[in-house]
Amino acid sequence: MKRYQFLLQKFAWALFTILFVLVLNFFLFRVLPGDPARAGVRDPRLTKAAQEALRVRFGLDKPVINCFETLNPLRLGDCWVNPLETQFFIYLGNLLSGDLGTSYHTNRPVAAILAERLGNTVLLVGLGTVLSIVIGIALGVVAAWRARTLIDYAALVGSLVAWSLPTFWLGIILLLWGSTQFGLPLGGKATPGLAFASPLEAWWDTGRHLLLPTLTYTIIFVAEYVLIMRSTMLDILAEDYILTAKAKGLTTFQILKDHALRNAALPIVTIVALNLGFTVAGAIQIESVFSWPGLGLATYEAIVRRDYPLLQGAFLLLAISVIFANLFADLLYSFLDPRVQTG
Amino acid sequence: MKAPILEVRDLRKLFPVGPAQGWGGARPLVRAVDGVSFALERGEVLALAGESGCGKSTLALTLMGLEAADAGAIWFDGQDVTQARGAALKTLRRHVQMVFQDPYESLNPMMTIGEIVAEPLVVHGLAGTAPERQTRVLKALEEAGLKPADHFAGRRPHELSGGQRQRVVIAAALVLEPSVLLADEPVSMLDVSIRAEILNLLSDLRERRGISVLFITHDLSTVAYFADRIAVMYLGRIVEIGPTRAVLRAPQHPYTRALLSVVPVPNPRLRRERVILQGETPNPVRIPPGCRFHPRCPVVTERCRSVDPALTPAADLGHAAACLLLDQA
Ligand SMILES: Nc1ncnc2c1ncn2[C@@H]1O[C@H](COP(=O)(O)OP(=O)(O)OP(=O)(O)O)[C@@H](O)[C@H]1O
Ligand SMILES: [Mg+2]
Repeated sequence: MKRYQFLLQKFAWALFTILFVLVLNFFLFRVLPGDPARAGVRDPRLTKAAQEALRVRFGLDKPVINCFETLNPLRLGDCWVNPLETQFFIYLGNLLSGDLGTSYHTNRPVAAILAERLGNTVLLVGLGTVLSIVIGIALGVVAAWRARTLIDYAALVGSLVAWSLPTFWLGIILLLWGSTQFGLPLGGKATPGLAFASPLEAWWDTGRHLLLPTLTYTIIFVAEYVLIMRSTMLDILAEDYILTAKAKGLTTFQILKDHALRNAALPIVTIVALNLGFTVAGAIQIESVFSWPGLGLATYEAIVRRDYPLLQGAFLLLAISVIFANLFADLLYSFLDPRVQTG
Repeated sequence: MKAPILEVRDLRKLFPVGPAQGWGGARPLVRAVDGVSFALERGEVLALAGESGCGKSTLALTLMGLEAADAGAIWFDGQDVTQARGAALKTLRRHVQMVFQDPYESLNPMMTIGEIVAEPLVVHGLAGTAPERQTRVLKALEEAGLKPADHFAGRRPHELSGGQRQRVVIAAALVLEPSVLLADEPVSMLDVSIRAEILNLLSDLRERRGISVLFITHDLSTVAYFADRIAVMYLGRIVEIGPTRAVLRAPQHPYTRALLSVVPVPNPRLRRERVILQGETPNPVRIPPGCRFHPRCPVVTERCRSVDPALTPAADLGHAAACLLLDQA
């Protein structure tokens, strides 16, 4: 009963936050200078008529919202226009029908671009996350169980070093090393101009491209899990119920498995759930170094090219995934921890 | 007469603490347990009293094999278990169980009460089938005073009060049907009203099951009415031991007298003069030479500074104290 209420409340908050993000996202990109037409002004070949055509094509000829022609507060516009004819409500209406606009740069629908890129990012970041969680948790548990021994110090120092490495630097080093020593591809997702005889060969090719970016991602993110797991486990191992378990005759392995890990799952799961939200954005640097055609690279390119519709779509996706990750973490927590009844 | 169920001879436990003394030097040692000898008889409740930090918990942990003894011997049921490892240690832990001070900390918050009480049975392979296990769990819960037991089995620790939790801890210890229970201040975290209930429960169990209980406390008033004997510990050593009545009536060690003088007495005419101990709280790293109590002793003599007294029998049978003044008394 109470849990039901708690769920509803959390859902309501998430929806409210998303609405807020929608509005903010819209106005944020209207305040920024530059639209395709004005960007085009620098191109002397573009005629006035062509510029106007561009503006119409992207809907930039309409007022932003009632009373505002643009978001310039000094130049107010007509307040009596039909709200449905303003950019804001057209934007909302389009969103509802799943239309995120058209990319300035490629003229393709933003939704299609994002969907395609999202798949690639999930592949890279998903693999990296799973690897870093598995390795991180294993190392963290061992380090905590063997606290203040050589193993512990090695894991600790290694993690801290890995954590403080600049992502792009590590990426470049691994790229150099992998491509010269092992002939791994320099970037991209597939070898260009190659036709594959079977899906298996295609996967093999993708795997070879995926190897170095995944390795980079894992090295950068494993440290966080090692450190968190280690400190969580140290806390738990100092608890009286661990001593009680020992007194009851449980073996080391049983204690770790049945008592320590079960309690450590709570913070770890929460952090994983929260991190998943940043999956989408998490790999901007790595994707840039390895030209991996994911969302991070798309965002980076959109910024460089001032492709606002694409950027706006990417931001929205990012915000929504963070909000949902938060929601997910909350829900998971309430199911995992018997002590959490309500928020 | 049968041999004691648990016997300890000259037990020592040292902890290195702090930084080493200079390069390659040894780290200073805390003498948490510094030569303790006593015997726990079958079916007896022995209260172990002493101020905070005197080594009571360390003694219990060492008896359980949760800390390795640095010297001395522990005998359980006629066998030397000081160096018990592996299977022998596991067997020992089936027969010697411990109840910790804080019922809020000693239960795994993620497990149900039923799981917690069943776990020892599973670990020791004592109840083959699930229904058999269930029966024993419910029986242990009822015996610990949690009725109706099936009502509690599905709950988790946070849904219980402190007193109920401590009953769960006791049930989880009893389900193995141990012969010795080490209770480390089992009521000090509980409300006064609940203390009596838990103490009654322990004394019941002793009557019905004949369990031997080592009852650790820093408060002599809680145990006076149910302990058979009292041992008083000071700075890692037992300084007085004897039948409860004898120790309470005629305390032989000045430290015991000081402890007893601050215990409230119902009859104001019997009120003793309070002995407030002088000097600093003892430092177990640097134990004073001679009698370890001499810097705080109100009746200290010159001999006390150089001679370390051993436990010496006093007038009553089975009563002994480690004080040089005992001879003259
Ligand atoms: N693991 C340890 N490492 C270092 N020193 C320790 C350790 N455990 C106990 N000590 C020290 O040993 C001494 C005895 O501690 P112990 O916990 O046995 O006292 P206690 O009599 O149980 O006190 P209390 O009544 O407060 O529970 C203390 O000085 C304590 O600081
Ligand atoms: Mg203690």
